[in-house]
Amino acid sequence: MGTHTAEQAAGATNGPATVPTRTGLLIIGASQSGVQLAVSLRALGFGEHITLLGDEDHRPYQRPALSKEFLQGTVESESLIFRSNDYWAEHNVDLVKGEHIVRIDKEADGSGVAHASSGREFPFRRLALTVGARARKLEIDGGDLDGVLYLRNADDALALKARVGDATDVVVIGGGFIGLEAASSLQKMGKNVTVLEFGPRLVGRAVGEETAEYFLQAHRSRGLDIRLNTSAARFSAADDGKAVAAVELQDGTVLPAQIVLIGIGVIPNTQLAEQLGLDVDNGVVVDRFALASDGTTVAVGDVANMPNPVPGSEPGERIRLESVNNAIEHAKVAAYSLTGRREEYAGIPWFWSNQADLKLQIAGLCNGYDQTVLRYDEERGKFSVLYYRRGQVIAADCVNAPLDFMAVKNALAKGQNIPADAAADPATQLKTITTDS
Amino acid sequence: MPTVHFTDAEGAVRDVQGNVGDSVMETAVRNGVPGIVAECGGSLSCATCHVFVREDCVSQLPPMEDMEDEMLYGTAVDREDNSRLSCQLRLTDGLELFVTTPETQV
Ligand SMILES: Cc1cc2nc3c(=O)[nH]c(=O)nc-3n(C[C@H](O)[C@H](O)[C@H](O)COP(=O)(O)OP(=O)(O)OC[C@H]3O[C@@H](n4cnc5c(N)ncnc54)[C@H](O)[C@@H]3O)c2cc1C
Ligand code: FES
Repeated sequence: MGTHTAEQAAGATNGPATVPTRTGLLIIGASQSGVQLAVSLRALGFGEHITLLGDEDHRPYQRPALSKEFLQGTVESESLIFRSNDYWAEHNVDLVKGEHIVRIDKEADGSGVAHASSGREFPFRRLALTVGARARKLEIDGGDLDGVLYLRNADDALALKARVGDATDVVVIGGGFIGLEAASSLQKMGKNVTVLEFGPRLVGRAVGEETAEYFLQAHRSRGLDIRLNTSAARFSAADDGKAVAAVELQDGTVLPAQIVLIGIGVIPNTQLAEQLGLDVDNGVVVDRFALASDGTTVAVGDVANMPNPVPGSEPGERIRLESVNNAIEHAKVAAYSLTGRREEYAGIPWFWSNQADLKLQIAGLCNGYDQTVLRYDEERGKFSVLYYRRGQVIAADCVNAPLDFMAVKNALAKGQNIPADAAADPATQLKTITTDS
Repeated sequence: MPTVHFTDAEGAVRDVQGNVGDSVMETAVRNGVPGIVAECGGSLSCATCHVFVREDCVSQLPPMEDMEDEMLYGTAVDREDNSRLSCQLRLTDGLELFVTTPETQV
């Protein structure tokens, strides 16, 4: 705190002449949102210098494959890299890796200096927080044994891959998207996988009841051992006292496990925003233009709590989305803000998750639905649920049914409807019954 | 080295050299070819990597799977006979591929 006040005082008494030149935009967090923000700003003609800074030692990469193709070894790490080094150089973006920002001093005009744990300082005229989220830790006995792992970043994935060869039994804790994707991948790699889900159904509130039930049956029929309403009591060590060997459940059951993979959700990285005195509530609170409560800092992606962008949502409703699509669309909104334009979030939120041969695509957000229509073609393995509110389609979960997904996504984007009664017949193509509502 | 020639909807051409085994989509995105969005990073979930393949190149490419075929019905610009999703096209040794990117991907 000492330097903080000293520097502010110096700035106040001696005027701007003694303050180091603060130019350019500093983007803290070099992942999906930060990369897109830099790319969109250059596309919009933003002429100032951009520093894209992150604390990981890797070039910015795509996370989704970490639980899927990368874990299974079907894509190379090089394929996950967003942009070539040449691209950044040509676009005058300074990519800084391996610097963790611990504190930021900021003036009322939005400029300031960010301080890294290494002691390096990064001055800026404008600031963007694209710091994402971190894995929620499970604090139980044995939680720090070797082989108790999480899956949020590339280092986590490398640690998991390094252990997979020697493991026979894996216990996955958490039946959400990442847990189920990783469980399916590990099962495909020949591991004996058990999934423990604390709640009464899979995937929490991200999908409706029917979809959760479909996934439960589909995974069980593919041999995955899924236990609902089940939580781990402790992890016990092997004879060496270091490596995990088993998971003990609340009811006393003991499951052997040389790897425990925990996927129980994420916590937004709001530490810097809190230190800056920005409004924080399940993420950094931003307005429709991705601006935080100081009116100058933008916050984007997994870390941002924003007004629900979906047309027709309840006034005042807020949402924090964790998806690639949101990181991209939200970054575009922020890029407009930083170039002095005001453009609202465009497009319909969508998401995908690949688990074994189950390819889930979600269009829209099902929050607040009052009716569902099920389309199930058992023979061709296609399954969709359409969600309605007051007769208007608002979302769909589609498994191995890309035509349904595309039809709903396009209808939502154009403000059209797909009448529920006509949608119920799985033989009918949704595109043909879409109406201007 | 395989080369992909990207022509955008206005007719501007960009030639990009790629690596054998990479997809046309990856080659475009890594080098910032603007006409390819590729939100899903190649997992055949988004249909924002749509390209039109020049007729005489079509036969050099592997046939499409059902999933790609179905996804192509949802592209932002309507599909044509020579439409492909570029994340499904792998560069092979000596390949010279000419593609046009649609006016919009989203
Ligand atoms: C295993 C996995 C699978 C996924 N699969 C899918 C999927 O199939 N489909 C989908 O739509 N989404 C998927 N997601 C979600 C998607 O990857 C995220 O929504 C997206 O990465 C969010 O981007 P972001 O840039 O906002 O945050 P993040 O990706 O979390 O990036 C934030 C970055 O900021 C860095 N950082 C944080 N604090 C600091 C600091 N103080 N100083 C410097 N750097 C800092 C972090 O280390 C990180 O690199 C998946 C995520 C994971 C982990
Ligand atoms: S990149 Fe998403 S379908 Fe090709």
